Amino acid sequence: MLQHAQSRTTAVRLWRALALLTVLLLVVMALALWAGGRTIDFRALRSDPLTRTLFFRLRLPRVLMAALIGSSLAVAGAALQALFRNPLAEPATLGVSGGGAVGASIAIAFGWGSAVSGVPIVFVCGFGGAIIAVLLVHRIARSGTLLLPGALLLAGVVVNLIASAAVLAIQYVTDSSRALQILRWIIGSLETIGFDTVWRMLLFLAPCWIALLAFSRELHLLAMGEETAGALGVNVERSETVVHVICSILVGVTVAVGGAIGFVGLIVPHAVRLMFGEDLRIVVPGSLLLGAAFLIAADLVARTALSPVELPVGAVTALLGGPFFLWLLHRRQRYSAL
Amino acid sequence: MSLILEARAAEFSYAAGPPVIRRVSMGVSRGKLSAVIGPNGCGKSTLVRLFAGLLTPARGEILFDGAPLRSIPRREAAKRIAYVPQAYTLAFPFTVLEVVLTGRSPYTPRFRFEDERDRARALEALATVDAAHLAERRVTELSGGERQMVSVARALAQEPQCLVLDEPSAALDLKHRAALVRTLAALRDAQGLTAAVVTHDLHLIDPLFDHVFALRGGTLLAQGRPDEVLTDAVLAEVYEDPHVRTRRIDGRTLIWSN
Repeated sequence: MLQHAQSRTTAVRLWRALALLTVLLLVVMALALWAGGRTIDFRALRSDPLTRTLFFRLRLPRVLMAALIGSSLAVAGAALQALFRNPLAEPATLGVSGGGAVGASIAIAFGWGSAVSGVPIVFVCGFGGAIIAVLLVHRIARSGTLLLPGALLLAGVVVNLIASAAVLAIQYVTDSSRALQILRWIIGSLETIGFDTVWRMLLFLAPCWIALLAFSRELHLLAMGEETAGALGVNVERSETVVHVICSILVGVTVAVGGAIGFVGLIVPHAVRLMFGEDLRIVVPGSLLLGAAFLIAADLVARTALSPVELPVGAVTALLGGPFFLWLLHRRQRYSAL
Repeated sequence: MSLILEARAAEFSYAAGPPVIRRVSMGVSRGKLSAVIGPNGCGKSTLVRLFAGLLTPARGEILFDGAPLRSIPRREAAKRIAYVPQAYTLAFPFTVLEVVLTGRSPYTPRFRFEDERDRARALEALATVDAAHLAERRVTELSGGERQMVSVARALAQEPQCLVLDEPSAALDLKHRAALVRTLAALRDAQGLTAAVVTHDLHLIDPLFDHVFALRGGTLLAQGRPDEVLTDAVLAEVYEDPHVRTRRIDGRTLIWSN
């Protein structure tokens, strides 16, 4: 199997991965658009106004939102794993989601709903919290030229604990309606989101995706080691800064809208690795596609599993992702830097 | 004899710490195999990182082919100088071929992948270090010694004019230590490759190496042909060990400490 995969050139493997994952994404998308509390009869879309409203006002924006958030979290996870050379790194384990959640809850608690020159303040605050967390964790885990994998994850866990405490404190002091708003959002939910939020997010997220795709070569080399990457012509400091900022935007914006949806950035890149190999130039674009499909599917489960009750999508991803994390820990011989 | 790498009054310190390299001036000759020796913490690794362009001197200058190294774009420099770090572990189970192929990345445009020619070069580099049979294995499954050979193969795949190796033999057994040095000597003889090697294997230096740089406390204490530097007097001073003894037998220098 491995011999077979390796005998193909990387380009062929990339195109095969993109083709397969695109088909998967389209199938999952169609399924999620169709299924739900009420299934959609696609033929009735032209004639029945109720079906149209359901489809265009609720179902479609929700599926698109899941796709945007899933792609962003998965690609951020792939990038952070390479950057920190740690297979257990992802926005949630590194405390980046926690940082973003603190930033966003401050914005919600103060009722900063408006936008500064078109940028929603809640996005800016989410980004601010996320980048503070990622820099803090990076700083703590770095010892000289080495990144200590244990210290990295411990620092991430502690940053997350501090963040949850901060969010709790914010909820406690703010008035009850906003506290409820924070609570609903913090678990991670994709309900009641309109098209304008989708477009506004896309405006911020799409450039970040493109940037990470452009940096996938650097990420591939950084995954081999910082010094090796440097000796192969990578500007290590610049690449690190760019990846930090991009991942913070991705996580900050998605957390601000969808809450802290954990483990997408862990499961998805590893699934792509298992299917198509370790090359980051395949893992990054692959995670973008599979991340979308994964979160759409998780949201479909959240909507339909206990219908008419709706589970928070964050609970579904955590229930899948937690055991997956433990399984990765168990298989540590495959990943030596744990 | 032309110098390929040169340090001119180079100084370096990490963050706000004391200087690790103090006004070192030295030159690595083209097509020669040079050893960098000295006690632990004397600045050997820092010195070769300066030569590899991974660090920039705080004062002074590192020159490649007479031009300041920092004036050469990084990817261009990576086509001329390759660096083999000390033994290290990889976080992800890349295949050996994937690792060696990264040596071709300075030659590969951003949105392209390595082509068949690059794969041929990578396999050739693996064969040079006698590791062609490992190509499809995962690096995380290899022994420390095998991993180090893969690292050297990656550096060779860069087709550099100059190799800089930081204790490449640290994880290797007796046979592979000697084999690695012989491989470097053979590449020098066949292709005119230049290599600067940080090493603690003093007994392997004579007669395969051409030149020895001896460092102590961040300064260059002695340099010259192996038979000039590997003497009781010089080594006693370099390692601050009066018990060091050397003996030349059959054109090689044996070294031990009583």
